[in-house]
Amino acid sequence: MHAYESEFREPLINGLDKTYTKITDDLVAPTERNSTMWWIAVLLTGAGAAFFVFCLGWTVWFGIGTWGLNKTVGWAWDITNFVWWIGIGHAGTLISAILLLFRQRYRTGINRAAEAMTIFAVICAGMFPIFHMGRVWDAGFIFPLPNTRGPLWVNFNSPLLWDVFAISTYFSVSLLFWYSGLMPDFGTIRDRSKGKVRKYIYNLLSFGWQGSAKQWQRFESLSLVLAGLSTPLVLSVHTIVSFDFATSVIPGWHTTIFPPYFVAGAIFSGFAMVETLMLISRKLFSLEDYITVNHIESMNKIIVLTGSIVGIAYLTELFIAWYSGAMYEQFAFYNRIFGKYLWAYAMMMSCNVLSPQLYWFKSMRRNLWVTFILSIFVNIGMWFERFVIIVTSLADDYLPSSWAYFSPTWVDIGIYTGSMSVFLFLFLLFSRFFPTIAIAEVKAIFRISSEAAKAERAKASNATHGGYVGAYKVGPLDKDSRG
Amino acid sequence: MSAASTTSNKFVVGLWDHEEVYLHAIEHIRHKGIDIYDSLTPFPVHGLEDALGYKESRLHTAGFFFGATGMTLALTFMSWVMTTNYPINFGGKPYWPVPSFIPITFELTVLFSAWGMTLTYLVRNKLWPGRVPRIYDKRTTDDRFALVFDAAKLSDADISSIKDVCKKEGAVEVKDKVFAENEGL
Repeated sequence: MHAYESEFREPLINGLDKTYTKITDDLVAPTERNSTMWWIAVLLTGAGAAFFVFCLGWTVWFGIGTWGLNKTVGWAWDITNFVWWIGIGHAGTLISAILLLFRQRYRTGINRAAEAMTIFAVICAGMFPIFHMGRVWDAGFIFPLPNTRGPLWVNFNSPLLWDVFAISTYFSVSLLFWYSGLMPDFGTIRDRSKGKVRKYIYNLLSFGWQGSAKQWQRFESLSLVLAGLSTPLVLSVHTIVSFDFATSVIPGWHTTIFPPYFVAGAIFSGFAMVETLMLISRKLFSLEDYITVNHIESMNKIIVLTGSIVGIAYLTELFIAWYSGAMYEQFAFYNRIFGKYLWAYAMMMSCNVLSPQLYWFKSMRRNLWVTFILSIFVNIGMWFERFVIIVTSLADDYLPSSWAYFSPTWVDIGIYTGSMSVFLFLFLLFSRFFPTIAIAEVKAIFRISSEAAKAERAKASNATHGGYVGAYKVGPLDKDSRG
Repeated sequence: MSAASTTSNKFVVGLWDHEEVYLHAIEHIRHKGIDIYDSLTPFPVHGLEDALGYKESRLHTAGFFFGATGMTLALTFMSWVMTTNYPINFGGKPYWPVPSFIPITFELTVLFSAWGMTLTYLVRNKLWPGRVPRIYDKRTTDDRFALVFDAAKLSDADISSIKDVCKKEGAVEVKDKVFAENEGL
């Protein structure tokens, strides 16, 4: 009945003592214990989140003039942070949807946390354009609402409006995907709850999940179709974000390579953020058996692939700028590399293109410290990529007399670092109260891909075939068969 | 199939601990002509709906129609706004710029399909916040695979023969479960 998997393939669930019971115990455990470390982290990030709210309040009260923007650079950290967060938000849906369609079983260990990360990252991203509008109380008019001015509708030709639709659809569909997967696991937590209040709350969250065959059948149908819908959706979101730039007439922005290049960059930074968070969570919540080095290596392979796609996109842009013969285009790219933002370009190139090349070596892909440091490098690099694209093209425009330099104010810095606190704060709440790993999905691969099941099969075949499966000796998988 | 469609309160519950044994048991039990009331598992067991003889879910068909609704709505609304309700001349560009409609049409297709399907899923599965489900055994969301038989319709002889069959088919535990009147769904 189970899909065949080679006995020699590295297991996705480690530990010979694993059973369904043990999996439930291990994965629910983080929601059942109190930790001082968690409280300290929540208070610290909570303080950061409060400062974020304060800086936004300051912006609304005194106006956008409190940011470092000037007449020439009218878009800087705000849009950089927006695109950066949206990019980070891409890995969740990629892992849950695209890897589901490609039947990559390693997704089960990381999809839940990655989807949560997507939702929190999109929340952070949304703040920047909303508050850049200035009069946030009028933000509702980005939607085509009937009004008393005509009615005067929004401009359906504008990529900025497409962005509104793309991001709000992406947010709400990701939320549905995430929550529909959470319901059965909330049911699991409910059924082992001791306290009455806890039981009530988890039952509320589970929507009264039972796990009947008919429910599971519809569940599988829903996840498959949502995955099928989310796959083009996730690609469309960053494509449309790139249209914000690509449809303009600014040198350095007006390039047709932007959609694939932005999508690859988004997956790249999203996977890096998943790695940063998962490396910490697996340690803190003792989930090493479920998020194995095998999982990390698989993600690192995607990082080296997407990092190299991004690298090729950078070089293609340079070549096309030269080949186009367009003076302004050539200047924009010359200025990016050798101009006053040389340091930003160097950061981008070294973090995004050079550093991931280490992952061509297996020992590097499987080294957790290297992975942790590189995952942070990648996100620094991806932030600088957006900064380079946006600010260098604007700072030195068509008119040399208006050339300017962008320097952030404390409000810019406060909003950006504050948004990271908001993100971590939400993630901490999630990891304390919600199951960080999809319990039911991990159980569904237990018989196929766990070390325990493989050892059991090896033992069975040892008895009947003298330890051989086909031409191969299966001994090493089972301690008993070694002697 | 669904627990809510009956007033029965008396059940026999068989519990298995290995899904392969469980699937074989279902096939044998159905072959004997015994009616299975419900089947509960901690995760979606591959091949379970075939073993139980369930028809394929039509949820994806619903998803298609919701998506088609979203698409039609997006296209007709944008066309009406740009050509009839408030036509604006954007630098001499066409009043009905169909290629510009592609992104929003796509997004609304996905939005309607996803929301429509998820809501249909919740309604059909009878899931809503605050629903109190009937728990036949607490371990069915943990490590046990359960078969539920409606005992109200059965004679005592039938019940004991069902219990024997379950045990013979590898059930690790077979028990009676009686719910109070109006307890759960």
